Amino acid sequence: MTERTIAVDYLARVEGEGALKVRIQDNRVEDVQLKIFEPPRFFEAFLRGRSYLEAPDITARICGICPVAYQMSSSHAMERALGMKVDGPIRDLRRLLYCGEWIESHPLHIYLLHAPDFLGYEDAIQMAKDYPDAVKTGLALKKVGNALMTLLGGREIHPINVRVGGFYRTPTVGELKEFRPQLETALKLAADTVRFAAGLEFPDIEEDYEFVSLRHPKEYPFNEGDLVSNKGLKVPQDRWEDVFEEVHMPYANALQSVRKGTGTSYHVGPLARYALNRDHLTGGADDLARSVGLENVVRNPYKSIIVRAVETVYAVEEALRIIDRYHRPEKSWVEPPPVTTTVTGGAVTEAPRGILYHRYRIGPGGLIEDARIVAPTSQNQKRIEDDLRHLVERSLSLDEASLTDACERAVRNYDPCISCATHFLKLDLERN
Amino acid sequence: MIRAARKPRLGVFKFASCDGCQLSILDCEDELLAIAGAVDIADFREASRAVLEGPYDLSLVEGSVTTPHDAERIKEIRAQSKALVTIGACATSGGIQALRNFADIEEYRRVVYARPEYISTLATSTAIADHVPVDFELRGCPISKAQLLEAIGAFLQGRAPNLPNESVCIECKRRGNVCVMVAHGTPCLGPVTQAGCGAICPAFNRGCYGCFGPQGTPNTVSLSDQLKVLGVTPPGVMRLFRTFNSNAPAFKAASEAAAAEARSA
Repeated sequence: MTERTIAVDYLARVEGEGALKVRIQDNRVEDVQLKIFEPPRFFEAFLRGRSYLEAPDITARICGICPVAYQMSSSHAMERALGMKVDGPIRDLRRLLYCGEWIESHPLHIYLLHAPDFLGYEDAIQMAKDYPDAVKTGLALKKVGNALMTLLGGREIHPINVRVGGFYRTPTVGELKEFRPQLETALKLAADTVRFAAGLEFPDIEEDYEFVSLRHPKEYPFNEGDLVSNKGLKVPQDRWEDVFEEVHMPYANALQSVRKGTGTSYHVGPLARYALNRDHLTGGADDLARSVGLENVVRNPYKSIIVRAVETVYAVEEALRIIDRYHRPEKSWVEPPPVTTTVTGGAVTEAPRGILYHRYRIGPGGLIEDARIVAPTSQNQKRIEDDLRHLVERSLSLDEASLTDACERAVRNYDPCISCATHFLKLDLERN
Repeated sequence: MIRAARKPRLGVFKFASCDGCQLSILDCEDELLAIAGAVDIADFREASRAVLEGPYDLSLVEGSVTTPHDAERIKEIRAQSKALVTIGACATSGGIQALRNFADIEEYRRVVYARPEYISTLATSTAIADHVPVDFELRGCPISKAQLLEAIGAFLQGRAPNLPNESVCIECKRRGNVCVMVAHGTPCLGPVTQAGCGAICPAFNRGCYGCFGPQGTPNTVSLSDQLKVLGVTPPGVMRLFRTFNSNAPAFKAASEAAAAEARSA
């Protein structure tokens, strides 16, 4: 009887701290644990007693990689609780800010974190010696994303301009028009990125995922739409808790999400959004996806790198569309009504790495009484474990080092943000 | 024979945090490859699988100490580091997660986790300097990229970083902002907060929320009085001082004074 253990003590090129443990008994995978040892920070606890107006700034600090997602989900949840409707240019500016976060976050993952796996480097700095143009393209592209967030939000990490109801200050038409040339450059770089990503070599693997994302009748989703899946799920987005639940595994400082009832995993992020919203990709994003032969539903997790690139093209084009139709609203925000009774609101928005759910109960006077935040990586965690189980089952003949590398790659397909999920990785492979 | 000098080794270490301050390094898009040319990046797990052993010429430490394991780990990193610079509000004051210092941690564990017994944590979140000697602190939630580049450059050249500890008010005046407190009656922590952000909040028509922590000589008593004149209630004043630097001594004292006033009212 032989037992093998594969252990990655510290997963690199992921955001946050995590580890991986796989136990193999008689050539059967007994157990896969994605461990999260990012220390707990207790956001849901200390949000209680804070003003609901503080939630966008406070929850942004859950994740320095996708603060806009936290600001958007919290603002929308509060607005839903208070029965507010935010429309017109302010709604557009929120989409524009989200475009900035996608244009920053996707190239960061594509070039600096994910591509070194495909090309056989430890990191992007080493990769830059042989592929200087690729790395420079990535840096130039993410720089435009950061510049867009700085223009709208004051700074790229933890923007200061988002408030419940809208913004503290809206940009002038001139300020946005001046940004156009940077986006035009970014559009060429993003198109190059689709071709770069599509040119990589991919393992021949497909998984039967339940993809979950937002779906809006008219547009590729950022902030609005229903929660839908390719397996028949369709509910309003504030009904997240009716269809998903969180379970706490002993080896992790994070909660794992599963489908309620079946306890099964699901997949959120670019592959899910793309599969469920392919018809909303138009223009260059549509043309490029076709020209590189990308299927309308991509079930190969490694090809998420191509989908991220296509989504980057979309985000740049959407930013240009928003800028071209922008007129400055008279007021920068919609004034929230006074909170006179206990109200509850939930919202889901599309962080670069998948759906982010926030739900708050606010008491009379406006203080938060209860908060619940479910990050994209904790929603993907069980699905990552499923992918790893299948990978190890297929790859038992590999030696320790190769199997460990393969497992790490499988995790990075998800662009996991561990800081978020602990609120999430080390491979420890045990073979018996 | 003259040998090329070994390049300085840079370590980047993470404690309890959002990863935003170390992301600031990857966000130096124009300088990243130059930095990578000037130093050996020895340990930067967010960016690389390659790990070089210490000692490190310069260690950048992000995040606060919140677990028994981390309280030991920082001592090992200090022992391996010629210079240690802490980056960001978590590392320099305990961060947003230091709000636990004003609460019951057992109750927090139960609120957030279905199985609180799986969670190992300390009752407090504290700055790195509370555990080991620190050579320089870079403030901010997040840090400023310009300040980060200045600090890395200074340590590699063996000089002190040239970064002022004046207030946000000074930056506001230089930027030509209208004073949001005087002109609009907007509560603002600018007078007691250290410069470095470029006074972005007032430039966007909002009050400073103190994410760079207390400036060198903060008069929080006077500012608290003025905030009340502007109609902020004592619990409101308490919350203003209790955000990303709530455990910095000057902000802690100001929030506790406001909390006492709220209780006696």
